[in-house]
Amino acid sequence: MIRLTRRYRFSASHRLHSDRFSAAENADLYGKCNHPYGHGHDYVLEVSVTGPVDPKSGTAVLLPALDELVDKLIVQPFEHHDLNTEVPEFAQRVPTSENLVDVIEKRLKANWSAYFASQWPRLEKIRLQETQRNLFERTI
Amino acid sequence: MLITRKAEFSASHVCARPDWSEEQNRLVYGAAANPHGHGHNYSMEVTLEGEPDPATGMIFDLKALKEIINRQVIGPFDHRHLNQEVKPFDHIVPTVENVAIDIWNRLAPQFPAGGPAKLRNVRLYETDDLYVDYAGGELS
Repeated sequence: MIRLTRRYRFSASHRLHSDRFSAAENADLYGKCNHPYGHGHDYVLEVSVTGPVDPKSGTAVLLPALDELVDKLIVQPFEHHDLNTEVPEFAQRVPTSENLVDVIEKRLKANWSAYFASQWPRLEKIRLQETQRNLFERTI
Repeated sequence: MLITRKAEFSASHVCARPDWSEEQNRLVYGAAANPHGHGHNYSMEVTLEGEPDPATGMIFDLKALKEIINRQVIGPFDHRHLNQEVKPFDHIVPTVENVAIDIWNRLAPQFPAGGPAKLRNVRLYETDDLYVDYAGGELS
């Protein structure tokens, strides 16, 4: 088994605000991230997969297929877009990076079998860098 | 406890199988199949596992580790064409997976059982955005 990690980038805007809380509570909870017109980040997404290395090709994953999957489902819909208004999953959900990791995982899982027919490679980990100081990671 | 030493080498390669059609090679390897080759600034992280010697306070002499990495990997790989000049890549495709496995195979015998440290992981970056981790063991 080997683990392969691919890094992707997208820049997007968001605003952290929940209708469950009052204006004052939102401001207190989310701080600067609650500023009314939103703000943006250069996100860095790491997708890790594990699998056996095919002895013929010497690869554990069809990299062009992984790139196409992530590009189509994550990078293109998010790149230079506003997460709150343009990504349907965030219509009713705060686009924190925790929730963004969750959305990314669900999108990749829902479409995985269309790109990878066998049980390998397996999606192992999603790691999202919101800023150089904030990192979010889920092992699947 | 783990210790990790980083090292870099630059090399060129082509990822393609001569017994496959151009179309098949492109499907599996993408632009890496371009027939005249291309190069990367590879970066590796060699991780050892052991307990600090009570007298020296060290797991493994980092000078010695640097020399092992230089002798076993950097010397043979740096500024070489992997397919043309480095075995086994005369008959194995030098994908990032296979290069990492080969680095493991070159390093592992240098850390025999009973020694101060064992080889725990080889991480190989082909670019900033693509890396693999190999920790030995079964490949299939």
